[in-house]
Amino acid sequence: MYPTEAILLEKLTKVFYARQKKVIALEDIHLSVKEGEFLCIVGPSGCGKTTLLRILAGLEKQTRGKVIMRSKNPEKPLTSMVFQGDSIFPWMTVVENVAYSLRIRGFSREKRREVAGQYLRLMGLDGFANAFPHQLSGGMKQRINVARAFVSDPEILLMDEPFGALDEQNRLILQQELLKIWEGSGKTSLFITHSIDEALILGDRIMVMTAHPGKVKAIVPINIPRPRDILSLRSSPNFGALFKEIWQLLQEEVLKAKSTEMNK
Amino acid sequence: MSLLEEHIHETFGRIIIKEEKGESKTILIDKTFILKVLAFLSPSLLLLLWEIFARLGFIDVRLFSSPVMIFKTMLPMFYSGELLYHTFISAQRILLGFLTGAVPGVILGLSMGLFPPVRASLMPMVAATFPIPKLAIMPLILIIFGLGEASKIFTIAIGVFYLVLINTMAGVLNIDDIYLDVAKNFGATPFQFYSTVAFPGALPMIFAGFKLGMGTALLLIVAAELSAAKAGVGWMVWRAYDMFDIEKMFVALITMAFLGYIFSYLLDMIERMVIPWVNNRR
Ligand SMILES: Nc1ncnc2c1ncn2[C@@H]1O[C@H](COP(=O)(O)OP(=O)(O)OP(=O)(O)O)[C@@H](O)[C@H]1O
Ligand SMILES: [Mg+2]
Repeated sequence: MYPTEAILLEKLTKVFYARQKKVIALEDIHLSVKEGEFLCIVGPSGCGKTTLLRILAGLEKQTRGKVIMRSKNPEKPLTSMVFQGDSIFPWMTVVENVAYSLRIRGFSREKRREVAGQYLRLMGLDGFANAFPHQLSGGMKQRINVARAFVSDPEILLMDEPFGALDEQNRLILQQELLKIWEGSGKTSLFITHSIDEALILGDRIMVMTAHPGKVKAIVPINIPRPRDILSLRSSPNFGALFKEIWQLLQEEVLKAKSTEMNK
Repeated sequence: MSLLEEHIHETFGRIIIKEEKGESKTILIDKTFILKVLAFLSPSLLLLLWEIFARLGFIDVRLFSSPVMIFKTMLPMFYSGELLYHTFISAQRILLGFLTGAVPGVILGLSMGLFPPVRASLMPMVAATFPIPKLAIMPLILIIFGLGEASKIFTIAIGVFYLVLINTMAGVLNIDDIYLDVAKNFGATPFQFYSTVAFPGALPMIFAGFKLGMGTALLLIVAAELSAAKAGVGWMVWRAYDMFDIEKMFVALITMAFLGYIFSYLLDMIERMVIPWVNNRR
């Protein structure tokens, strides 16, 4: 189904030295992500999920190991990241935020407005093009955050808990929108989440990471056909079984993380 | 409406009674109006007392003059254009000095905030020279730049420069790392780091620096015009001192207050135009 690998990680290790203390964030990560695949990453807090994405985004350098990312189209940016937390620029209007990558790449103002406009329409932000972020709700801000990454049209999309701070209703709506946009684009995507539900709804596979130091514990394929629909998905026969499988894997790690925390 | 409320309504025109479906009633007194009245009333009262005490001989008019005497001195100075001329000269010096200090302050502040090597190499010099009172450098500036306009502009510039530099740098350092990461992830060039993140992100702090700098500029103009000047509001003060012309001195002080007000009003206005994304609650 997936002809080539878009990402290949071999023995990827990242060590932080913070005030004489050595923190092994990632240890010997082996991973291959196929082109067009949607991989969800779950794991206990602090296990190195963000660090992994930051290395792929070129914001951090690995301590050891190999990172191979295949670029088919040198015209396009290799990666775009949706950051954990509020990262849209407060000093730019909605449309300027969404079109930021195009400005960096030197597109004309008309072209920027045109492309950004498409995504604003797609995400239901039509009337807010010229508003400033402080005038928007949290859900709208996250839409902009996601739209900004999509507009740059990267080969690989990296999303770090983009809906983590949202309430249940906004979350469902945005998941549905993301499914729609993503299934249309077929982009290779890595998506971090704390929600097993969300991982099952969106992912082709789910990677479960171990608690500190972060390793790959298991990679579980999600055999739910696409295009997916959030409502019918939950009643699919696989859903419950997969949820249980992932939760059992994750539970061990969360408990482990808790007990090491207490022993400190 | 009850009888009592009706009565209140008639006596004080500014009391607003809000009725909510006949149940709970909230009475909101128009606060801003009262505050405006107070803001006008209290200085007027002070002036009035000053005048009365001066006339009654409670205060020494040779030292403290009186509002009417000051006004009488001011009018002819205003009509002859003398006052405008001095104001213009000082405003020009302040403006030129301000720009000469603020522009390099912003550029250097941005660089120091954005690039650790630049910060590491320049910070010791900034930290060492910043505490020197700017007035203490004036004689040196006079020797270097001579007695002309340049020395006055430079005195002001140097005071403005440090405040703008330090505020700009702090502004950049206070920008959340996440914004720099976004720019980096999208492949911003160093210039784009300046133009799309560092500069706009630091703008609120830059303006704080501008305002502090303007305060210092007004302070330094008096010192700068003390030596080797032939015009300006600061010069007027010193001239009046030599002549023991208290009224003229007060006229100069009032003009200075006016000048300071205009400049800070302009800065506020520009700030609101340039930083529309900040919630201004004032
Ligand atoms: N710049 C840094 N310097 C030192 N330690 C760091 C740094 N960044 C991350 N770490 C450490 O690396 C580990 C992994 O952090 P990371 O942010 O990747 O976790 P995470 O899985 O994304 O957690 P969460 O789910 O809470 O977002 C943590 O122990 C963290 O303290
Ligand atoms: Mg994280």
